[in-house]
Amino acid sequence: MSKGVWVIAEQRDGILQKVSLELLGKAREIANKLNDEVTAVLCGYKIQNLSKILIYHGADKVIVIDNELLKNYTTDGYTKAICEIALQRQPEIIFIGATNIGRDLGPRVAARLRTGLTADCTGLDIDDETKNLLMTRPAFGGNIMATIECPNNRPQMSTVRPGVFSVPCADENRKGVIEKVDIKISEDDIRVKILEIVKSLKEKIDITEADVIVSGGRGVGNKEGFKMLKELADELGGIVAGSRAAVDSGWIDKDRQVGQTGKTVRPKLYIACGISGAIQHLAGMQESEYIVAINKNSDAPIMAIADLAIVGDIYKVVPEIIKELKAYKLSCEVK
Amino acid sequence: MNILVFIKQVPDTNEVKIDPKTGTLIREGVPSIINPDDKNALEEALKIKESKGARVTVVTMGPPQAEKALREALSMGADEAVLLTDRAFAGADTWATSLVLAKAAEKIGYDLIFAGRQAIDGDTAQVGPEIAEHLNIPQITYVEKVEALDGKLIVRRALEDGYEVLSVNMPCLLTCIKELNQPRYMNMYDIFTCYEKEIKVMNIKDLDIESERVGLSGSPTKVKKSFTKGPKSQGEIIDVPAHEAANIVCEKLKFVHII
Repeated sequence: MSKGVWVIAEQRDGILQKVSLELLGKAREIANKLNDEVTAVLCGYKIQNLSKILIYHGADKVIVIDNELLKNYTTDGYTKAICEIALQRQPEIIFIGATNIGRDLGPRVAARLRTGLTADCTGLDIDDETKNLLMTRPAFGGNIMATIECPNNRPQMSTVRPGVFSVPCADENRKGVIEKVDIKISEDDIRVKILEIVKSLKEKIDITEADVIVSGGRGVGNKEGFKMLKELADELGGIVAGSRAAVDSGWIDKDRQVGQTGKTVRPKLYIACGISGAIQHLAGMQESEYIVAINKNSDAPIMAIADLAIVGDIYKVVPEIIKELKAYKLSCEVK
Repeated sequence: MNILVFIKQVPDTNEVKIDPKTGTLIREGVPSIINPDDKNALEEALKIKESKGARVTVVTMGPPQAEKALREALSMGADEAVLLTDRAFAGADTWATSLVLAKAAEKIGYDLIFAGRQAIDGDTAQVGPEIAEHLNIPQITYVEKVEALDGKLIVRRALEDGYEVLSVNMPCLLTCIKELNQPRYMNMYDIFTCYEKEIKVMNIKDLDIESERVGLSGSPTKVKKSFTKGPKSQGEIIDVPAHEAANIVCEKLKFVHII
């Protein structure tokens, strides 16, 4: 048996980042293939209560490093804490969420542990023969995919972007071990001082950076209809866009226009509602990873390029999807 | 004050195409550019040079033709340029790359190091922090604002849900994002004089590193295989009542990890 699959659990202000739960789901799969344990490493101050959530989502063990100097993330503090425990326990694998914090921490930890790190993996698996971790990631602006391994150094490390894997459903009957570990950290270890942390949720309006886009066309029929699309987008953590027809009709702003005279997008999910799919529109969205089209007309060009083409009235189908999504979220929530 | 700026010459990935027959990258005719984030790094170094006085040295690791990127940096206003080139450096992952760059930094000397957050051909964002770790100096990534004071910096670091204001003593390493500034154009005078400036070339011997620690042999990670995503197959067409359709949509979204 190897020495564990680790997930570095990220919390900010005592709130777990969703990507940590997504990683636990994947770590569980990988650990099962290795017949090994999943360990979550949780750094912070007065955060032990988060341990049970990590266990519900797949951790067998939670290592809690609770220290006032770890209250807020600092490169030096967190690198020291994680490297010391990793050097003691020698894990086989470490996964880190590719947030602005994880992408600061990951390479620093990898360099200190003298091991490799593969950034922004979209696929993780175990090689049947060598039992090495196979890390697949896009390169060259997504034009090519590469599978990378780290054969001779341990731990094998990867970061994964939020939203790449799904959050496993919580199982409140799962049991796990919570272990408090004390790591000596002094003020002098932390060379970058935090003067101020400012929270400001910038509303995402750049449709080219959205992971999920719900887009409406002529078939939406009126401005009101876009409120329904917004509701769907909110459920999926995405934003609303439109075709040229929708923009010209004044139902949505010009900076949300997808297509040749608008913007080219390649989100993970593109839901086209009442869009027939003129060639100019297709040029702006056909590189999307997964396309759902909802249209009354099964012969509309958009239906031919969609991964999932729903023949139907958006005013009937979209409310049902919203209802379904809400029900799914409720079933997965941790009480 | 000595400021080092690490830059990378990259193919303009917007122009990179895949050969549909072989599934490999077509690099011929693809223009090489200075990596965009690195230009923001250089711009910030030049601004500090103007306000505080500093000597700005641009450094790149790459094949001999990476000289072109260095010339461009000189014509933007950098004072010196260093090309780290050696066959032994080829095939390096971020660990082996950052080791070479860190050794070069030690040889050249520095008070402050700037790098781009990430390069558009690899998108890893790892080389900057790994250099900082090799040099055992503090790092700040995702830098969107810099204020240089005597011996220390006040830096704004971008977070997904806001930003933090940080204070750090030099020497340190900062990785820059495009929100930091607007890189200047090359100026006429410097375009003419950049070809008179000498580009210093350093190889593995100049850096005192053992060959097994650099390039492919010094890289912990290896590319096992690379491939292009296959062409899209025809999707499914579903013609059922609305609630059933909604059910299918949600199942599919679970399957592709959207929810």
